[in-house]
Amino acid sequence: MTRTDPTPTIAPSETQQAMLELRHLNKTFSPSVVPVKDLSLSVKRGEFLTLLGPSGCGKSTVLRMIAGLEQPTKGQVLIQGEDVTHKPPGDRNISMVFQSYALYPHMTVADNIASALKLRKIPEEEVRQRLREVSHFLGLEALMERKPSKLSGGQRQRVAVARALVRRPSVFLLDEPLSNLDALLRENVRAELKQLFESQQAPVVYVTHDQTEAMTLSTKVAVLNDGNLQQLDAPHQIYAEPANQFVAGFVGSPQMNFLTLPCEAGAARLGDRSFPLPPPLSHARQVILGIRPEHVRRAQPGDTYTFEGKIFLVENLGMHYLVSVHIQATQQTTYTLRLLLPSDATWEGDSLQIALPPETIHWFDAETGSAVRQ
Amino acid sequence: MTTQPLDRTPSPSKPSISWKQWALPLSVGLIVVFCLAPALWQLLTSFKTNEAIAAIPTVYFPSEFTLEHYQELFERRPFFNYMLNSFVVATLSTVLALGLGSPAAYALARLRLQGESILVGAILVVTLFPPILLFLGLLNVVQALNLGNNYLSLILPYAAINLPLTILVMRSFFQQLPRDLEDSAKVDGYSTVGLLLNIVLPLTLPALATTGILAFITAWNEFIFALTFITAEPMKTIPVAASQLGGASIFEVPFGPIAAATVLGTLPLVLLVLFFQRQIIRGLTSGAVKG
Repeated sequence: MTRTDPTPTIAPSETQQAMLELRHLNKTFSPSVVPVKDLSLSVKRGEFLTLLGPSGCGKSTVLRMIAGLEQPTKGQVLIQGEDVTHKPPGDRNISMVFQSYALYPHMTVADNIASALKLRKIPEEEVRQRLREVSHFLGLEALMERKPSKLSGGQRQRVAVARALVRRPSVFLLDEPLSNLDALLRENVRAELKQLFESQQAPVVYVTHDQTEAMTLSTKVAVLNDGNLQQLDAPHQIYAEPANQFVAGFVGSPQMNFLTLPCEAGAARLGDRSFPLPPPLSHARQVILGIRPEHVRRAQPGDTYTFEGKIFLVENLGMHYLVSVHIQATQQTTYTLRLLLPSDATWEGDSLQIALPPETIHWFDAETGSAVRQ
Repeated sequence: MTTQPLDRTPSPSKPSISWKQWALPLSVGLIVVFCLAPALWQLLTSFKTNEAIAAIPTVYFPSEFTLEHYQELFERRPFFNYMLNSFVVATLSTVLALGLGSPAAYALARLRLQGESILVGAILVVTLFPPILLFLGLLNVVQALNLGNNYLSLILPYAAINLPLTILVMRSFFQQLPRDLEDSAKVDGYSTVGLLLNIVLPLTLPALATTGILAFITAWNEFIFALTFITAEPMKTIPVAASQLGGASIFEVPFGPIAAATVLGTLPLVLLVLFFQRQIIRGLTSGAVKG
């Protein structure tokens, strides 16, 4: 391994604060396959960091590098200020919950949970004590002598979590721990996980492609795409102020509407209305307007930016109607827009007057995709 | 093989239902008889008296049972010795094949080796040669190493013959073994050796039992090498010894002792398979990953 990267000097106080730090982490399989490109971030005590991204974005590779299951091509992993880049996983004081739970099928639940402690030569009395605590905490007492094959999916997941908790590690790593549960159970377990890890001091790094999990569980979300960090922020920040078009499109369901609009004299034109653009975009020839379906509403008297939409699809989501409309901007161009209407909404015919409240609109540079704020 | 599906949906016409009802049991019965009749014939012959064996018309089910043929094998010949020889040779060669083949298979399954497919292909090609082709060359080797009348002259070739099969079967088994389990063990702090012994080995037992039994059977039944490389009477293996059973004169064929030897030679294999059946069938990996 080469470490040619100049490491930035970090003040000692900062190093003590960060439980986990990644410095210029890079993983290259081949010149064309680079799952992780120069990732730097730090996680503090009590934080819950989610790595969010589509499959193949490199998030699992990052987690495996933190765990020591993969060696980074470049860069460093620091746990509690100590460089562990070249240490084997067992010496890193981390614990990991795998997507498949990876329970040892030939061992009982108790042995599964205790195996890491026994390997670390922790006195038997303490092992028993910790086993009691964690099994009580997670309600596993009745299952301790069973083999994993005799457990339900939810119970297995719980055992996997218990195995991580009992270690009292410096960092918890969770690799899509909910993706093997059915939808209803997932919601319950998600809430449980949130409470459970809030009570822990050690930070959590959580990998998922599910934005709901990311939004509900995390204190910080890192959105990854194609090996690059797109945005690292608190969940509400990611939702309210996405850094670029990718983040805006990936987070939020139903997905944000994107309209590519022509510009004239510092204003974007949609039909016969023109939106004033933020100053950095005043010379752009094209911009992307982004607006979330939940922010589009029916026109009321006094709205400036109103349009007539032709309804071509209505999807009933139970709580809402997801309505797709066409907006005829000019003779040649039509735009498609989706909006959420409350389930008690009624309309006549297939046309709808809609309004785009300007304060909810996001502007993106048409060339780079990055967000431009007012 | 019967390919009668166990179809319980009612057919439109009545006769076809009854046809399905008797066709399946009948074909199963026929196949069982077809496969086991020779074995049963040998078993019955081994218990028949010499008069019943020679009687015309043929006595299919004897009215009188005797153990004299078995007695003859053990009292007048060192048959226990032959069994022991076979057992030692088959066991050691199996252990050797598993001991060398499993690590090789694990490496082929888990490491990203360059030219892995070529290696696997080469191993497969080795299995294509019938052992008889290697026979003369091996004889020279045995002579040169002065291994004649030595167990090693059988153990080594048997292990070698069984290696490709062991490697291929074990490799595909290791590939199925979820990688997460090993990663999880690494995170728990197992060393590489600890990981292999405590996690991988227990999960591998069914596959080891299956391939081990196949290797054991091949070694136990092997004839040509055993006939040529071992000439000392006390060191012969069962197949050779059974083939060399002779009567008092060349006109007398000792059907009884031959049948008894066949039964004795088969019995350990039958017991072995019955004993390990549970191991083979038990799905040890079930429950390891999602359910």
